[in-house]
Amino acid sequence: MSRLFIAIGAAVIRMITYLGELVVLAGETFASIVLQKIRWRLFMNQIVEIGLRSQLVVVITGAFTGAVFAAQTFFQFNKLGMGSAVGAVVSVSIMRELGPVLTALMVTGRVGASMSAEIGTMKVTEQIDALRALAVHPTDYLVVPRVLAMMISMPLLVAECIGVGIAAGYFVSVGLLEVNGPYYVANMVRWTGMRDIIMGLSKAACFALLIVFISCHKGLTSREGAVGVGQATTEAVVNASLAVLIFNFFLTMMLNIIFPAGYQ
Amino acid sequence: MSALPNETKGTPGAAAAPMISVRGLTKAIGPQEILRGVDLDVAKGETLVIIGRSGGGKSVLLKHLVGLMQPDAGEIWIEGENIIGLSERKLAAIRRKVGILFQGGALFDSMTVEENIAFPLREAGERDPRVIRQKVDEMLEVIELEGQHDKMPVNLSGGMKKRVGLARSIIRRPSCVLYDEPTAGLDPVVSDSINHLIRRLQKRFHVTSIVVTHDMKSAFHIADHIDYLHEGRIYFHGTSAELQRSPDPLLQDFLLGRSEASAPPEERTNPEAVVASARA
Ligand SMILES: Nc1ncnc2c1ncn2[C@@H]1O[C@H](COP(=O)(O)OP(=O)(O)OP(=O)(O)O)[C@@H](O)[C@H]1O
Ligand SMILES: [Mg+2]
Repeated sequence: MSRLFIAIGAAVIRMITYLGELVVLAGETFASIVLQKIRWRLFMNQIVEIGLRSQLVVVITGAFTGAVFAAQTFFQFNKLGMGSAVGAVVSVSIMRELGPVLTALMVTGRVGASMSAEIGTMKVTEQIDALRALAVHPTDYLVVPRVLAMMISMPLLVAECIGVGIAAGYFVSVGLLEVNGPYYVANMVRWTGMRDIIMGLSKAACFALLIVFISCHKGLTSREGAVGVGQATTEAVVNASLAVLIFNFFLTMMLNIIFPAGYQ
Repeated sequence: MSALPNETKGTPGAAAAPMISVRGLTKAIGPQEILRGVDLDVAKGETLVIIGRSGGGKSVLLKHLVGLMQPDAGEIWIEGENIIGLSERKLAAIRRKVGILFQGGALFDSMTVEENIAFPLREAGERDPRVIRQKVDEMLEVIELEGQHDKMPVNLSGGMKKRVGLARSIIRRPSCVLYDEPTAGLDPVVSDSINHLIRRLQKRFHVTSIVVTHDMKSAFHIADHIDYLHEGRIYFHGTSAELQRSPDPLLQDFLLGRSEASAPPEERTNPEAVVASARA
């Protein structure tokens, strides 16, 4: 029995330590953004890496999610003769939930994994020690450009995912399933508001921070050897994905108080 | 190389102010006690060579001197400032004074040779590409890698990596340089030119150096003093000549490269043999 308590206690302590380390890293990063010189060239490289190179993934994710969601909604709604309401459902749910969450998960897999692998490899090959020995703080050099690039890229990627998703929904409903186009659009515009866009983009910014800090932290604390880096990468992807899903629920509950869903 | 090495160098009077002093440095990693109370002093402008068995903690000791590792106990004074417990940002000032060459070179593998060597300059705010190019060319000439600007570190041999790392650590002319086996894995000719480089930096720019090496020929060539690190402590401190004359069997075995299995006991008491073979 006491062994059980010890095991649970140890896990809780590990969890708290981990969260503490993430908070410290975030604090260091924001202090560095304010107080240290920002390396814009590295920032631009990261924008290319994160923003530009994620295009295909995000477009495909948005398109097929929007398409399948529109089709499923249509199959249900059409029985009730509400086919033209599909547009409103698709746009609101893609803006509020599907767009931010799915984009975040795809970016975690693509960008988060490569961040932790890259930083982890630098750690185990003494390159981070070399940076420190050359009087360069690893946070300034490695974390800050990635955080800034994520903060800029994620909202844009989410917006792109949402736009493509809505367009695909329109194409499937109106083009393939023969919903009345003008009604579809009118309903969509009527039930969708600024609040939904703000909600989606706020989520995007929060997820950006979760992904980038979890991935950089895993890289910076990677253990020795190829196995250590592999483990760090896996853990970064798993932790960031779970964090996105869990945070998403609380963000939905919180933001729904500020920006209630539905027609007002 | 015919004269005793310590007769030909070392400015008298420079020994007054220690550049680096270490007191009672201890460090354990996990269950293994690596350093057990290291004391050492390096005067300004002096070259100290640290020798010792492989795995004895020489690289760990060097990393402590620039704050890359934190000791369990002890003090490290660099130009009168105790660096233990300094924050990473405060250590940056120390690290601009004290350069370190890593045992494996530790090159940035996403950058070319030129970018690696120019890194400290760019970080120091140098923007003019011509100035950077000229200084990099100068360094490449010194390390005898002319025209290799655009190679990536993965495409370099071990010895080339080491030399690029060396160029990177001295391009900003730090007042003190820590070399972790600068000549390991280099051919004798390049080794000799690296040894001359270390001495030239000392003579011309009064650079203080600590050199970890297994290469006794280069140790005798460059050292003002030699420390033998053994079981986590400085077991011997003295000049090259004192080391060569020392009758201590432990030191003789090290100089002669003799393991317990091969040492015939009568040879151990003959210091002349030690000196002769170490110079050979
Ligand atoms: N990061 C680390 N984690 C655990 N143990 C370490 C670490 N770094 C060094 N050690 C251990 O410390 C001891 C000393 O290592 P160090 O690299 O300083 O030896 P060395 O004297 O430089 O050897 P060599 O001459 O072969 O380079 C070794 O036993 C090594 O296993
Ligand atoms: Mg070593």
